[in-house]
Amino acid sequence: MTTTAEVAALTEERREYKYGWTTDIEQEFAPPGLNDDTVRFISAKKDEPAWMTEWRLKALRHLEKMEPPTWQFLPYGYEQPDLQAISYYAAPKQAPKSLDEVDPALLETYEKLGISLNETKALLGITDASPADAARSREEAELAEFGAKANGDGSEIPTTVEGKPVAVDAVFDSVSVATTFQKQLAEAGVIFCSISEAIREHPELVKKYLGSVVPYADNYYACLNSAVFSDGSFVYVPKNTKCPMELSTYFRINAQNTGQFERTLIIADEGAEVSYLEGCTAPQRDENQLHAAVVELVAEKDAKIKYSTIQNWYPGDENGKGGIFNFVTKRGVCNGDRAHISWTQVETGSAITWKYPSVIMKGDDSKGEFYSVALTTLRQQADTGTKMIHIGKNTTSTIVSKGISAGHGHNTYRGLVEMRKSATDAHNFTQCDSILIGDRCGAHTFPYVDVRNTTATAEHEASTTKIAEDQLFYCTARGISEEDAMSLLVNGFCKEVFSELPMEFAVEANKLLAVSLEGSVG
Amino acid sequence: MTAVSNPRTLDGVIDTATPRELPECQSWLNPLRDAGRDAFNGLGWPDRRNESWRFTNLDALKAINFVSAVDDAELGDEVAPGFAIPGLDDVTLVFVNGRFRKDLSDDVAALGKGVTCCTLRKAACEHRDLLEPFIGELTKDTDDVFTALSNASIEDGVFVHVRRAQHAAKPIHILSIGTETDEPIATHPRNVVVAEEGASVTVLEHYVTTSDDAVYLNNAVTEVFADEQAVVHHYLLEKESESAFNVSSLFAHLGENADVHSHTVLLGGKLVRNNVIPTLAGTKSHCLINGLYVGHGEQHLDNAMRVNHAAPDCQSRQFYKGILNGKSRGVFTGRIIVDQVAQLTDAVQSNRNMLLSDDARVNARPQLEIYADDVKCTHGCTTGAVDPENVFYFMSRGLSEDVARAMLIYAFAAEGFERMDLVPVRQLLAAEMIAKLPKAQGLSIEV
Repeated sequence: MTTTAEVAALTEERREYKYGWTTDIEQEFAPPGLNDDTVRFISAKKDEPAWMTEWRLKALRHLEKMEPPTWQFLPYGYEQPDLQAISYYAAPKQAPKSLDEVDPALLETYEKLGISLNETKALLGITDASPADAARSREEAELAEFGAKANGDGSEIPTTVEGKPVAVDAVFDSVSVATTFQKQLAEAGVIFCSISEAIREHPELVKKYLGSVVPYADNYYACLNSAVFSDGSFVYVPKNTKCPMELSTYFRINAQNTGQFERTLIIADEGAEVSYLEGCTAPQRDENQLHAAVVELVAEKDAKIKYSTIQNWYPGDENGKGGIFNFVTKRGVCNGDRAHISWTQVETGSAITWKYPSVIMKGDDSKGEFYSVALTTLRQQADTGTKMIHIGKNTTSTIVSKGISAGHGHNTYRGLVEMRKSATDAHNFTQCDSILIGDRCGAHTFPYVDVRNTTATAEHEASTTKIAEDQLFYCTARGISEEDAMSLLVNGFCKEVFSELPMEFAVEANKLLAVSLEGSVG
Repeated sequence: MTAVSNPRTLDGVIDTATPRELPECQSWLNPLRDAGRDAFNGLGWPDRRNESWRFTNLDALKAINFVSAVDDAELGDEVAPGFAIPGLDDVTLVFVNGRFRKDLSDDVAALGKGVTCCTLRKAACEHRDLLEPFIGELTKDTDDVFTALSNASIEDGVFVHVRRAQHAAKPIHILSIGTETDEPIATHPRNVVVAEEGASVTVLEHYVTTSDDAVYLNNAVTEVFADEQAVVHHYLLEKESESAFNVSSLFAHLGENADVHSHTVLLGGKLVRNNVIPTLAGTKSHCLINGLYVGHGEQHLDNAMRVNHAAPDCQSRQFYKGILNGKSRGVFTGRIIVDQVAQLTDAVQSNRNMLLSDDARVNARPQLEIYADDVKCTHGCTTGAVDPENVFYFMSRGLSEDVARAMLIYAFAAEGFERMDLVPVRQLLAAEMIAKLPKAQGLSIEV
């Protein structure tokens, strides 16, 4: 529960969009435009093997034949991004060879965002740890530092979860600038690095899995991403291994006239388990910037992947000027029996969001989950939901979607539940609830259910209401201010989703909601 | 009718059909027809990329060269009475292949005082003052290609007008019989039903055929205007030839406190599209949309609802159920749109489907589009098979498995029948349902 004072303080920050600043750093850009040269330039910059360049060019060829999608629900419309006006590569000039070479300006950037790339600091010996701490081994110092960090400054993306350290991959515009704890992870056999590094170091894995879940021709923006993706994270968790710590990527768009096109690939081999967190921010600008990412998850037999996102890209101002276009393709495949993929998302940012994290349940008894809270205020438009494709026997999926619309925001849930012929005894449960705060916003629900197996069952429930007056009255009658009461009720409304988030994430999500809703009462 | 020599696809029908030999007194409808033709040509046939037609492929329909009906079809004396609804005291108006048959129809005088009921062709010439304010009002701005085609092809249908505080004495039964013809016929009946303040009327559209091999298209549009306190009950009983196409669109405009019921039962047809589009424009109006689609073989039954809440404090209820057997496919798209002014809206939508075979398929899209904050809107959608536990319960009490299953399927459907006020219609539907269910022939159920 966030108090009114805290809300007020946070709102003050929010009014200016807390993360609206830019970092002045020497950067290198590709000239704007989308063509073979751009693709070759990116590929060359990344020192990629020929097969990768070919794959990118194939995607570019296909993109030329595609039309941008028009089926999304956009009451305010939008201006189609001009793909030729975007610079597809922006990177800090001095690419670090190792963690200790990271430009201090970058470290500062992430400090400011609340993402302490602490391992680097520890390596460089610039921790402000107490003498007692200094006496401890480096690992212990790190742990202490992380603990202090999480409790202290209310960072958006905590660098520890439940007191344990989190390995962070920080992506700045087009490149990954730092990945922490690689060594410790390597000891457990876990590969966690930037995708560029993975292409160079682990080509056999990348070749096998890249595009296996989201083919380059999948959809317009995924195709664009396949041609020009710059960086992103790569995770491989070997057989029967539980990843020893939470993994996290923090995305930051900094440069103007660029977009971010990251690509994330996570593979959990048989019996493996991993939890992955993602966060993002961008500077405040008047023009729209494009974020077209692709995330692929592969869960083999008995593997489990949990993917959590807190999306807080710059949402634009109250007149709908500026803001990020967040057009993202996220999909996971349960390849083996009893595999389990779970998506949790809290979407509060972006001018426009099109995002449908999906699960393809191929293996028998496999399981897909989707928990989402999407909040739209200002003039934000979100069209988001999920796809659950049941192929294997006894597959089960759960969808819980909570939409909150305030201000002039429009929130759309769009989801598909597909029961293929082979999906004997498959079951889906879907619940999507919306609340409206104010009479200038909209809440829309467009589910699709496609059933081809008699033994499969699909249930869908949805409701749209406003905050219950009687509940609000009950709270205020007991001396809770109206604003706090609202925050309390919205929290309760979202509880099912927040309980799926790692603890600190849930706390942050609560705060984020409270801040975004500020001023909605009355 | 001029002789037709060029390709006679649907586009051909409307283009070559101008100028039609229509009475001069109908010429005031020409602007609507022209606008419809322009809209039709502008829209073009929808493909899968059109969200509204995403699950319904029109290739089979487009491949057929339809013509307009020219002559009255031969029909045995016993045919039309055979399609009467047993036990229902109604006024039946018979159309054969889209042509009105006075010789087979009842006298409309039985409807009582204050009720004008005639063919649209006659109304256009003799009751222009009553018809003109209404016809095309709900369809002229359409973005649906079939509605545009209907606008372009307005020729005949039924016009019903009930004066203030008058009540039609009997239900009006519009019986459309499709027969086998040398060339496939396309008809575009347009019905206009107007109930003035406090008036009430019940209209049944009933589509039947003399042969399941008959290929034809019925593209029917009905416009209902229910003024303040008016009550209009509309039934669509569709049992077309299983080689035929039926597109039925019901548009309704509800005034203050008006009450409109729409009951739809789809049993026949090769490809059926059923549009129900009410606009609740007066405060405290109420709309019930009740439907059942039962498919077997390769039937394709597509239902598209669009409920517009445009005034405060209205109530809408949608209950649609599907039973799909064989290789049939059912589609349900229900959209509730709540305008910003429509505070205190109370809208419910429910779609339940039962799959009886592994080759059957259901696509459901229950949708909400809401722009007002003080509303209560819920939708629910389920798809599944006959519950084996229920079958077991029946069997443990001595019923055979076939009978148990048939009874459960029937019970699933019957919930919808109970919302219908006309008991003879329920009885007819119960019999039709049982005839269509597998292994249920021996079943006898009291309604």
